[in-house]
Amino acid sequence: MTPIPLPSDPGRDPDSEPEEAAGVAADQNRGGVVQARDLSLTFQTADGPVFALSGVDLEIDQGEFVSFIGPSGCGKTTLLRVIADLEQPTGGTLSVNGVPPHEARLSRDYGYVFQAPALYPWRNIERNVTLPLEIMGISAAERREKAREYLDLVNLGGFEKKFPWQLSGGMQQRASIARALCFDPALLLMDEPFGALDEIVRDHLNEQLLRLWAKTQKTVVFVTHSIPEAVFLSTKIVVMSPRPGRIIDVIPTDFPRDRTLDTRETPAFLEVAHRVREGLRAGHSYDD
Amino acid sequence: MTIDAHAGPLPGPGLVARMFSGRSGPIAVVALAIVALWYAGALYLNAPGQIDAFKRAKTEWGVSDFVKGALAQKRPVLPAPHQVLVEMKETILDQRITSKRSLVFHSWVTLSSTVLGFAIGTALGIFLAVGIVHVGTLEKSLMPWIISSQTIPILAIAPMVVVVLGAIGLKGLVPKAIISTYLCFFPVTIGMVKGLRSPDPLQMDLMQTYSASAWQTFWKLRWPSSMPFLFTSLKVGIAISLVGAIVGELPTGAQAGLGARLLAGSYYGQTIQIWSALLTAAILAGAMVALVGVIERLVVRAMGGQR
Amino acid sequence: MSLAVNPWMAAGAVFALTALFFPLGAGEIPLNWLDFPGLAILVLGFAAACAWLARGWVAGLPLGLLLVGAVALGGAVALYLLYETGVGGEARLGFWLFIFALWATAWRGLDAIAGFRSLNKSAQRGVDLLVPLIFGCWLVFLWEVVTVGFGVPQVLLPSPSMIAVRLAGSLDILAADFYQTFVKAVISGYLIGCGSGFAVSILVDRVPFLKRGLLPLGNFVSALPIVGIAPIMVMWFGFDWQSKAAVVVIMTFFPMLVNTVSGLNAAGALERDLMQSYGARYWQTLLMLRLPAAMPFIFNALKINSTLALIGAIVAEFFGTPIVGMGFRISTEVGRMNVDMVWAEIVMAALAGSAFYGAMALCERAVTFWHPSYRQRR
Repeated sequence: MTPIPLPSDPGRDPDSEPEEAAGVAADQNRGGVVQARDLSLTFQTADGPVFALSGVDLEIDQGEFVSFIGPSGCGKTTLLRVIADLEQPTGGTLSVNGVPPHEARLSRDYGYVFQAPALYPWRNIERNVTLPLEIMGISAAERREKAREYLDLVNLGGFEKKFPWQLSGGMQQRASIARALCFDPALLLMDEPFGALDEIVRDHLNEQLLRLWAKTQKTVVFVTHSIPEAVFLSTKIVVMSPRPGRIIDVIPTDFPRDRTLDTRETPAFLEVAHRVREGLRAGHSYDD
Repeated sequence: MTIDAHAGPLPGPGLVARMFSGRSGPIAVVALAIVALWYAGALYLNAPGQIDAFKRAKTEWGVSDFVKGALAQKRPVLPAPHQVLVEMKETILDQRITSKRSLVFHSWVTLSSTVLGFAIGTALGIFLAVGIVHVGTLEKSLMPWIISSQTIPILAIAPMVVVVLGAIGLKGLVPKAIISTYLCFFPVTIGMVKGLRSPDPLQMDLMQTYSASAWQTFWKLRWPSSMPFLFTSLKVGIAISLVGAIVGELPTGAQAGLGARLLAGSYYGQTIQIWSALLTAAILAGAMVALVGVIERLVVRAMGGQR
Repeated sequence: MSLAVNPWMAAGAVFALTALFFPLGAGEIPLNWLDFPGLAILVLGFAAACAWLARGWVAGLPLGLLLVGAVALGGAVALYLLYETGVGGEARLGFWLFIFALWATAWRGLDAIAGFRSLNKSAQRGVDLLVPLIFGCWLVFLWEVVTVGFGVPQVLLPSPSMIAVRLAGSLDILAADFYQTFVKAVISGYLIGCGSGFAVSILVDRVPFLKRGLLPLGNFVSALPIVGIAPIMVMWFGFDWQSKAAVVVIMTFFPMLVNTVSGLNAAGALERDLMQSYGARYWQTLLMLRLPAAMPFIFNALKINSTLALIGAIVAEFFGTPIVGMGFRISTEVGRMNVDMVWAEIVMAALAGSAFYGAMALCERAVTFWHPSYRQRR
């Protein structure tokens, strides 16, 4: 089914957007990396309109680690794609780094990590990681240096000349994280990056990701459908529900940032996890 | 799934827009563009001859005279589409179908050897594929030769096959059918080897857990799963069989068949005749591929498929 | 395998043994195996060895090579009988049973060689190459033995040795034909056809409307008997190679167009989103993502076209040429019933076609080394 966004929605007027966004940016100079007001997105399909997002209000501050969690079809991936300007909202306003998402994309304000590594099989790991730098026109010497730096950061030093298909799934996903980081964007958007990996690898990568986040001070927006993963990683959990896709709860997690896998057995952790589960249950009727 | 299937409650795009977001609109436009280009080409290519003709006749001529003349020459460099259509009407509808001047007669000659060659080639191709899939040594020794024989310009042998078989008394249908067979068995063999191998290991393992015999595995798993591959190959095979039959008719001294019409046309500079034979061949090819497509749809539906 | 007796070896033994009891040839002087006591003893030994090996499924490369060597020796005996003793043209059951014995043995040998498994990749590849090579040699041998043994008239099917002699004797003519047809017509037509098909598909790709209109038509045209356009091209571009190149251009254009257009759509959705998230320009996406992803499709077209080009050029020559060229030679020599010369041309066409195709396949392997079908080889 090919979704087509509604062409004639007032919120999508390209002329009005920058001014509004500029106004938002002026009074929210600090903090608001992502600001959404009454954001909505409706797909037209053969079976009628699908309300992928409806009335989404969201604020993400500098340095936060925010997870979107919810059952499939709740619009969490769509919301991330709207923030990344891979999807156009049909209503409401949105600013990323104080500018409309389109400008944020063109100024490479964010790095995106997909469900699958999406590494190009004809490029070796080094040239995959430096792909965005190549597009930005960075010199070869600097590219090589960055590749080494960020591959070391994700513990892939020494694999520069390997091809993606010669690496395990976890290593490939780490390489794709290095690719998203190597041009030093302030914002990291991750769409179920570990969804396809087995749980042992996943736990390991979760720990690595936390360390990476502490080291780089990025703002991270993370989509997942795993409650433990969301609670373990996040400073703020956004619980979403489908039909129409909307936010039903925003849960702060206030236990310390230097978490280990053992954190997951503490009462504080379990309490937050419980609240997330309650939220999911409230927003979702299991009949359909 | 195409976009023009949309019918939501919201006001949809207009009929024209819907047609053009699908495929029929663009195809029609491109086809029209080709016809227009054809006319333009006919005017351009026939212009020198037409101007010569006017000069020789020492007549005054204007644009409309020129256009009229250039599109109605007896032996144009490039005949206009309507000239070809008129010729096709005269040779298809206005002749008795047994007449040597009837394109129906010539099409029938070509078509019969095409179909015979196609049938034998398909049977041979499937037979070889079954052998290759089941006998390891056969695969290792024969498969490389089958693939590399595809790189040989088989059609080049066509006239020789026809002449040589003619020398030992085999004339008419069979030599041409042999060429079609030769051309046709390749795609079928290659496609069927792929198709018979297409069941995934899990499905093969399942058959093994039932301790099914090779025969049972073949009929219950390999054969049904090879059907999409078979029909893809058959479409290629029938088209190439027609090419084989046409080329096979070239060396027989232009007696009968579409290839003979092409050759006779080129001997006598009858461009309109060549083009009408070409167009007829194109229509035949399209019709046969479409027919295979229809059979494919029926078979797939009978097997409960989705495609 | 629970079978105690190897059927191939058993057949070999039986055939070789019974062969000895039947006449070899029925020329002016009827010949029997007993007329050649040395050879008869050799065949007897051969039968005995077969019988011994039939006791079980002994496998392995050495056995296979040994058997193939034995078949080669037997083949030499058969050829000696054919050419030196008057069996040629008058071969009888005793001879053919011997050939059957060799056949069974050769198959058993191939079986043994084909079963070879090694972790050493180059050894494995060498052996994998050996199997079809031996099989091909066997086919040529069989062709030779059948044509000479039955005395098949040269007009119908010349023997490989005759073709080889003819080939070696007319290298200058063949070279001239090759230059005219392959170097002039095929190469230039191929380059222009593939190049323009590629260029047009890049253009078409930018206009979705055209793409939707042209792709089905291109697919349709690919199924048409385009060679039929040859007489028209000969009328337009004259008898020389230009008209053949024109046919080649038209034949190669559409496969290239259709394959490249569908190849440009082959890149995955995530990979495209990635490029979009970097704000990559059209050309960057084209060069860094879509063209590399389209390479398997483009090479598919290049390979198909390498065969089509040669066919197009040769068939176009049937409609008129200067007095040189592969198609011209084939049609005139067929007329004169010089079938061995025709076969010599065909052998050359086959070699040229295979070399052309092989070159494309090698390029493909180098460029699309990353594709799943080549990955295991790295």
